[in-house]
Amino acid sequence: MASDRVFGVVVTMVALAYIASATQIQASFLADPVGPKAFPILIGAVAAISGIIVALRPDEDPKWPELRTFGALIIAIVVLVGYAYALKPMGFLIPTAITATILSWQINPRTGPAIVAGLGLSLGLFFVFKYALGLGLVALPAVLHG
Amino acid sequence: MDLFANLATGFSIALSPYTLMLAVFGCFIGTIIGALPGLGPSNGVAILIPLTFSMGLDATSALVLMTAVYYGAMYGGRISSILLNIPGDEPALMTTLDGYPMAKQGRAGDALVISGVASFTGAFLSTIGLMLLAPLLARVAFQFGPAEYFALYLLAFATLGGIASNNQAKAAIASCIGLGIAMIGVDNNSGIPRLTGGNMHLFDGIDFLVAIVGLFAIAEVFFFIESHGKNTSIGVKLDKVTIPVREIWSTRWTQLRASLIGFAAGILPGAGASLGSFLAYMGEKSIAGEEGKFGTGVAKGVAAPEAGNNAAAGGALVPMLTLGVPGSGTTAVLLALLMTLNITPGPTLFTERPEVVWGLIASLLIANFVLLLMNVPMVKIFVKILSVPPWVLLPGVTMISFVGIYSLSGSYFDLLLMVAFGVLGWVLRKLDVPTVPIILGILLGGHMEDSLRRAMVLSGGDWTYLFSSGVAIGLWVVAIAGFVAPMFLRNVLTKPQRVTD
Repeated sequence: MASDRVFGVVVTMVALAYIASATQIQASFLADPVGPKAFPILIGAVAAISGIIVALRPDEDPKWPELRTFGALIIAIVVLVGYAYALKPMGFLIPTAITATILSWQINPRTGPAIVAGLGLSLGLFFVFKYALGLGLVALPAVLHG
Repeated sequence: MDLFANLATGFSIALSPYTLMLAVFGCFIGTIIGALPGLGPSNGVAILIPLTFSMGLDATSALVLMTAVYYGAMYGGRISSILLNIPGDEPALMTTLDGYPMAKQGRAGDALVISGVASFTGAFLSTIGLMLLAPLLARVAFQFGPAEYFALYLLAFATLGGIASNNQAKAAIASCIGLGIAMIGVDNNSGIPRLTGGNMHLFDGIDFLVAIVGLFAIAEVFFFIESHGKNTSIGVKLDKVTIPVREIWSTRWTQLRASLIGFAAGILPGAGASLGSFLAYMGEKSIAGEEGKFGTGVAKGVAAPEAGNNAAAGGALVPMLTLGVPGSGTTAVLLALLMTLNITPGPTLFTERPEVVWGLIASLLIANFVLLLMNVPMVKIFVKILSVPPWVLLPGVTMISFVGIYSLSGSYFDLLLMVAFGVLGWVLRKLDVPTVPIILGILLGGHMEDSLRRAMVLSGGDWTYLFSSGVAIGLWVVAIAGFVAPMFLRNVLTKPQRVTD
């Protein structure tokens, strides 16, 4: 119940913000009868109404995970964001091995197999991408390439 | 006959050694993707699109490869349904109802062979149907103006929200999220950036591939972290595989009926393979009655959903190719593929690029035979692959997604967006908000707005123009009925739950 009420309210707020920013779109001098604002505003309106409906008539609550699992998910997100930033400056092999190891450990917390999975995926995928598919990946940080 | 001349063209493309090799390779990869729990046709095809794009294949080859993967994944979905009681993808859910009980009785091999043959029947018949129906529909679609297209897009969202989800308001929200995202970026008509918040990265809009991979593949990783891979129930062993000819023959009418139902369900925009397998199973169950013993592990209960599901896969290609409106999550992903390859689906595709259409249809026919061979005598190979544990598979999927998206643009911003879509996908699926309408919204949003604006230009701003033709009115009526009717039918048509031990 509560989750859907929160969700409905959030959707409605976001939709109203969306409408507000859609009204700021500049109309061009080549205006067609609809213009660039109308459709986004229409979408926002439908979303806002639907959000109110969900808030008023919520479904049963889903089974949210316990606090520890939430922690694990946040760690996973942080790791993935870090991976996104690291991929370019650090090359493929090192960030991939680290990220894959952490994700593997999070799904099944056994350190040994996780490290093996991380290293194996990093090397294996590098060879597949680089040599079988011909993608231009950089293996190691630029510093080491000299 | 036009048809045979067209088919001859198609086969001359599809039978070239290179294309043939791509089709076989695609079937193999597809079956693996379908069989692995946690990877289905939609996310499997989604993570492969950026890679195919980066490989620089030409349009026909890429299309042949990916549709072979798509058909393969539809076949492969049954393997984990039967052996592990985990549907490899959503449409395979119905196959668990009789497939898993059958496997527990020690007849896993029989169940796999029967469902493999049924998959073949469904996919083969629906490819024939596609061949016959698509050119006809393309001819009708030539008459469509912007008003009709606008109504058609609306119909796709309405049926997707009405039939394929549990809560209309939530489906509407999902559609709006997708449409809202599609509006971001430079406006086609006026060239003015909209809703970018001044962020330079957003001027080109949000790439639909980033959203698809995030919502389908990255979200799945979060689900596995949440469950610690505990959902992997203990599998049933597969001993020897023989071909139960008599039993297969006894399901011939079931397979035919299920194929017809599946094909029809597939054509309906927004309904797709899940509805196809569901209706096929429920239909056969009521025909067989109490004595049919559906749900206890009978051959017909395995044959019906698989024929229905694979027939729907072919049926869904009809509206996707002729109108540019996908019928299911996976065809939405295929539409994304077409758009990446710069092919605009629609009636003009059939006249302007017949080699793409007929090459595709011919390769589907070939892929079907390849898949039958792979999935009946060679099924043991794929069963081995099922033993890849999730703690290797899911990190692997993540890495492939990252590299794929990274190779598209080389920008960290797209990767961050992808992770954000993954989080969004996890939260929304937790709240029982369907994610397929979001994809559809991102894909169709631009076209939908364009057709509305062009209709208004044509009519000089008169809103009644949207209802000015018979076809448009018909589409509006079906759209509204498809959205509203399920509210009343929901009590009648409750989906059966999974078998739990």
